[in-house]
Amino acid sequence: MSAVNAQHAVPTALWRARLRLALQSLRENWQLFVRTRIGIIGLAIIGLYALLALAHPILMNTVWEPRTYDPVVGYAFDETQQPAPPSLKHLLGTDPLGRDILSQLMFSARSEFLLGLLAATVTVVIGTAVGAIAAYFGGWVDTLLMRLADIMIMMPAISVLIVLSALIGVEHFELALIIGILSGFGATGVVLKSQALSVVVKPYIDAARSAGGGHFHIILVHIVPNLLPLSFLYMMFTVTSAIFSEAVLSFLGLLDVRMSWGLMIHTTESAGYLLQVTEFWWLIFPASLSITLLCSAFYLVGRSLDEVVNPRLRSR
Amino acid sequence: MAKYLLKRLAQILVTLFVFLTLVFFIVNAQPGDVSNFYALNPDVPPETRERLQDLFGVNEPLWKQYLVHIKNTFTGNFGISFSHYPRSVADVIMERLPRTVVLFMTATALSFYLGFALGKILAWRRGGWFEYTSTVGGVTLYTVFTPWFGLMMIWLFAFKAGWLPIGKFLDPVLWRDASIDANSVFNQMILTAFVVSVVVFAVFVITGQRRMGNARIIRIASIALASLAVAGVWISSGTVVFAWDILRHMVLPVVTLTLISFAGTMLLTRNSMLETMREDFVMAARAKGLPERAVRDKHVARNALLPVVTSFIFSLAFAVDGGVITESIFSWPGMGQTLVSATLTEDLPLAVGAFVFVGIFVLVAHLVADVLYAYLDPRIRY
Repeated sequence: MSAVNAQHAVPTALWRARLRLALQSLRENWQLFVRTRIGIIGLAIIGLYALLALAHPILMNTVWEPRTYDPVVGYAFDETQQPAPPSLKHLLGTDPLGRDILSQLMFSARSEFLLGLLAATVTVVIGTAVGAIAAYFGGWVDTLLMRLADIMIMMPAISVLIVLSALIGVEHFELALIIGILSGFGATGVVLKSQALSVVVKPYIDAARSAGGGHFHIILVHIVPNLLPLSFLYMMFTVTSAIFSEAVLSFLGLLDVRMSWGLMIHTTESAGYLLQVTEFWWLIFPASLSITLLCSAFYLVGRSLDEVVNPRLRSR
Repeated sequence: MAKYLLKRLAQILVTLFVFLTLVFFIVNAQPGDVSNFYALNPDVPPETRERLQDLFGVNEPLWKQYLVHIKNTFTGNFGISFSHYPRSVADVIMERLPRTVVLFMTATALSFYLGFALGKILAWRRGGWFEYTSTVGGVTLYTVFTPWFGLMMIWLFAFKAGWLPIGKFLDPVLWRDASIDANSVFNQMILTAFVVSVVVFAVFVITGQRRMGNARIIRIASIALASLAVAGVWISSGTVVFAWDILRHMVLPVVTLTLISFAGTMLLTRNSMLETMREDFVMAARAKGLPERAVRDKHVARNALLPVVTSFIFSLAFAVDGGVITESIFSWPGMGQTLVSATLTEDLPLAVGAFVFVGIFVLVAHLVADVLYAYLDPRIRY
């Protein structure tokens, strides 16, 4: 009787203890994160832009009439002159083509988030796989993957993106894939491999192997979970570089996107308002500041996550 | 060391071939061939198209085309530019490359000097308002959207204040009646800068080794003498107006680049200094009763210099690539701007040529950086 009870009791207790431990470490890490302060500022900015991105479809379906407020094909019929200065109907004014700036800003925020998320996911999936496989198997697999990483690191990234945009039509999706592949097989893969190297020598890997665990099982269940914190940190830095690259390329007019913050500045430039900074501030500042703020927000979150995740810095 | 060098060299060669193969396949995945890009250009006669087809071997089988592509790369034969017809791609690149290298060498050197000097102070005075303002300011400049920041600099200092010219490499009105062309003036300027820096560096090394008491006076005197000599030579040659014009056009891009990149060095120096400050020899230096300034500059900063120097060399390697943004904003006719404008005007030979050249430059610079690193860090012995 008691033996049956014990069999029942152990799994539930183990499950509870694991949950409690996870929650406790999460709380401790959160406190470390809060203590750095800059991470909180970053999170607040990201939250603000996430709200803007979420509010756009709601506004378009309720208050804003699509004919006037559409970020790409809308036209502000109520204004006599384009670009119109900020008014109650158009809080940030209109662009040289008569489109509402605030609507463009909010619409682009969503695609920037999607771009960043996709690029970061591709980077981390590739990087974690490369790191775990190279560290676990070693030998010629390791050599091959690390030589490939050398090539990726030495690729002049911005030039590659520019040449590719000339040869194939690059949109947000392709851009995210290219950035993800360059960084995942390159720098991120190398960093995650060095972390994985310290995992594969742990006794529990040997234990799993002698218990008959397959290669795939060991990599997925025992190595990858230990790489996740560092992967998450590198996701943040990838988001920053993805948003920045997108902004630069569409500012230069090299991307085939319908609307983005970089394209808003490109429109301003091609209409010739670029140096009239004080007279037409709403054509330049909202988009530029958004790029700067969102990039630095993810950078700041990455920096303070670094203090949490990186054991070398934590002692300080 | 020789074995390591050979190994690195072999790796770089393999990487170079993979890179060239990638470029070849990307270009060949396009419909038509290179000469199609010239088909609608009235400036390019049919004979030239045929000659180009011969040059690129577009009627040959694919593996022969690949060999031709590799051969053309190594002989520097990238074909004829479409937007600069009839100049060859190699000619355009040879004109543009020095401009990029000079601009970015100056800016990178300045930003590392500034970053190192500030990082030193930052590590020494922790927790003060100085640390707070320079960290926040530095990180803001580090993550700012570069084109926008460049634009604000142009607007403020060139457009509103009118102190400096708005972009470009030179003032065409001034150069219209010039008897000398811009490239030769620019090459003379590079030569002058090189000679002066070698002389000043030699004086610094000699005075540093001899441990002379009046080293500081000799150094200042040598710098003053060198600048006097340069001024004298340039004024007597009569081209000083043109050199001054190019210099004036360089100021704004250099300042902008310095401001956006110094924070990286500053934070790196600070972290490296904080690690070095825990070493025993620092305590020994303090216990000897050395002034704080001497402990900071002679004992901590020198030992904290290594990671900074490494990152300096690596950032020189990537300068040609990063130039794309700044050069486009300031219309500085360097490699980056050439790449962008060739891409926008669909000048495929020039775009591919510039791209291959940037790739080779980065590869070679990487090799140099690796060798220097191995030479500088006594802990690394191969």
